[in-house]
Amino acid sequence: MIKVEHLSKHFGKIKAVDDISFEVKEHENLILLGTSGCGKTTTLKMINRLIEPTHGKIFIDDKNIQEQPPEILRRGIGYVLQNNGLFPHYTVAENIAVVPQLLKWDKKRIERRVSELLEKLHLSPDCLHVYPAELSGGQQQRVGLARALVADPAVLLMDEPFGALDNVTRSKIHAEFNALDELKRKTIIMVTHDVQEAFELGNHICLMDKGKIIQDGTPAELLFNPANDFVCDFLNEQRLQLEFKTIKLNDIWQWLPLLQKENKAKSLSADTDLWSGLEQFKFTLSETIAIHHGNSETKSASFEQLMAAFYHYKKQQAHE
Amino acid sequence: MNEQQTLFDFMRQQSDKLAAQTLQHIGLTFISLFLAVLIGLPLGILITRQRKLSGPVLGVAGVLQTIPSIALLGFMIPVLGIGAKPAIVALLLYALLPIIRNTFTGITGVDPAVKEAAVAMGMSRWQVLFKVELPLAMPVIFAGIRTATVITVGVATLASYIAAGGLGEFIFGGISLNNTNMILAGAIPAALLAILFDFLLSRLQKLNIQKLKTTTATLPLFLLLFSSFYFIPSAYGGKLTAGFTPEFMGRQDGNLGLQSKYKLKIHTIVISDAVMYKAAYENQLDVISGYSTDGRLEAYNLVVLKDDKGIFPPYYAAPVVRDDALKKFPELESTLNVLSGKINDSVMTALNYRTDYLHQSPEKVAKDFLIKISLWKPARNGNMGIVRIGSKIFGEQYILASMYSMLIKGYTDYDVATKTGLGGTKICFDALTNNQIDFYPEYTGTGLLAILKPSSKTIDSLTLSKDKTYNYVQREFKKIYNIKWLKPIGFNNAYALMMRKKQANDLNIKTISNLKRYLESK
Repeated sequence: MIKVEHLSKHFGKIKAVDDISFEVKEHENLILLGTSGCGKTTTLKMINRLIEPTHGKIFIDDKNIQEQPPEILRRGIGYVLQNNGLFPHYTVAENIAVVPQLLKWDKKRIERRVSELLEKLHLSPDCLHVYPAELSGGQQQRVGLARALVADPAVLLMDEPFGALDNVTRSKIHAEFNALDELKRKTIIMVTHDVQEAFELGNHICLMDKGKIIQDGTPAELLFNPANDFVCDFLNEQRLQLEFKTIKLNDIWQWLPLLQKENKAKSLSADTDLWSGLEQFKFTLSETIAIHHGNSETKSASFEQLMAAFYHYKKQQAHE
Repeated sequence: MNEQQTLFDFMRQQSDKLAAQTLQHIGLTFISLFLAVLIGLPLGILITRQRKLSGPVLGVAGVLQTIPSIALLGFMIPVLGIGAKPAIVALLLYALLPIIRNTFTGITGVDPAVKEAAVAMGMSRWQVLFKVELPLAMPVIFAGIRTATVITVGVATLASYIAAGGLGEFIFGGISLNNTNMILAGAIPAALLAILFDFLLSRLQKLNIQKLKTTTATLPLFLLLFSSFYFIPSAYGGKLTAGFTPEFMGRQDGNLGLQSKYKLKIHTIVISDAVMYKAAYENQLDVISGYSTDGRLEAYNLVVLKDDKGIFPPYYAAPVVRDDALKKFPELESTLNVLSGKINDSVMTALNYRTDYLHQSPEKVAKDFLIKISLWKPARNGNMGIVRIGSKIFGEQYILASMYSMLIKGYTDYDVATKTGLGGTKICFDALTNNQIDFYPEYTGTGLLAILKPSSKTIDSLTLSKDKTYNYVQREFKKIYNIKWLKPIGFNNAYALMMRKKQANDLNIKTISNLKRYLESK
């Protein structure tokens, strides 16, 4: 869907982005992860031509973006900024309607689409005619997302979209983000420096440093097959939590005991990650939880059994 | 309380003029402002796009701002002449800086994230400018326009110096005539205008952004409407245009006399003495008020119209001397009288021309003239006491003081101390009565109107005749001040109406009555 080839951006002598290439498949969530100044935002902004590359090419749907007028290109790409970048002199409705206005949609269609999005993003219709300054940070970020989604672009670029939010609001929005059907149809490239966020929202991560991509892979690959010490160190601080979140119950299936007796508790899907599995014990009084694998097999596990299975899995990974 | 009353009376009496001047003032302010916005706004936007230009552009606008307003008006005259044009250009140059600077600051101050969002949404450069940058910068730009308005209302008072009208006519007329009510009748409305416009624009600035959209659209209309005010009072015209100094406008022996005695009706603009002669020379004015021996009369090829009804009192020059000085220096009177009758109007004009226009030193002009009429004698370097000569602060008086100095040194054994440049009549005369100087050249009209100030009846009975005036001031000065008027030098430096020689000849106008007849003919 999106192909980046030998992309470089030099600011004077500084190589902000240094000959990187990667590919994003359709409906994939690519996370550009890295510390400040690693070139991830520059890379992102070259995709909608806010920054023009020094070398290299970018293709979206096999079309070279350099060959399209930038305004037209940008109208087909959603863009969410860290500090939302809402127009302070436009109401929420007007803010969301910016791109449809530029695309000259008729009024009815715009109205319909705006109220549809408000509902999906859990914004009250009262918000429509207020100015962004009157909204909370979380609401502003939702409006920013609505503005990016309104024309239903195939590609969505997000520059640290949740960076300015507090932790509580952020995890709430993360959950909504993962649940939002509109986003499942999009190819998303998101920039973040937050490892947790990257692992929670992404299914493809490029870890960048000093303008280069250090490792390009799935969260599990980064976690269990780090390309070098840099990747390892980058993830180390939150390793345990990341592992819990990355490993699915499916992955440790073979070490889980078969269902002993009928468990009344709601059974979990094997697609669930280990972290959510462990969290179940906060809500249930029973000693074990049931897990079903498709329709065929059901297993149950106690907290200790889950941890033991995780330990086995890790040991096996280390031997591979 | 009494003064308040008379101010009110004055304003009521002059309500026509006051209304016309106020409209002119508003018009002048807003034409300049409108043009300043028209130039300043795009320029401000341009320098946000071409940052390299911002330094030079803001620098030049800043330098313009620091030029004293009267000087800026002066610079305009050689280029654009007099009247509304140069005034508007000067005013707009003043208004430019706040508008350019605030446009620049306003636009560069827009949150970069908002600008980036606008670009990323797919807006073109113009859409970003008009939909995002300008609306968000508008409060700052308005603040700039507001500053510019207040500056312009203030500086526009000076426009009357170059005949552009406005409330400055009353202010500067009042200052020349020492008429407090007249000053206030101009100054108070000018101040009120500044306060009013500042208030209105401050209200605009406080409107929320939404309403600002409509306001922004209506602003140019308002500017244009106010601008058109300028043309209301000047809608009437005439065959000839007169330019009179503010002082002349308010004097009985000036424009008021022209209106009452001659019933002269002429399209009149008020202008400062400094540019009046040149404006007449350059065909921008046809009739001007001046002094009959002014050197510029010759320089600019002008001719004096004969005052056939005698409204301008004679201003014959003669030395006025303290009685005790005449006793102390017995030879003084006869020496000073050597010059009596030697200089007529045209000779004095020619001499003034050499100092005022050719910038020769008064000493050289005086010596050349004395040699020419064979009165010059080398100094005797005597030491029989020192005669103190005073003079007022203009060329003619310097020349006369130099001549007297040379005559005293050449004809007597007295030495001379000159105290030239003693400001106006009051300073000179006070110096004389307080025994700071022994004599100075004075004019009969000034002695009558500025020093003795008799009743208007007495004045009317005297001013027609040069001799009656002279005899009256001589008698009264002797009686009141113990000061003697010696014999007149010969020339009459009175107020006069003047025209270009060629035009006066073509139209066959020799007297003020001729002028009136011409104006009334179809």
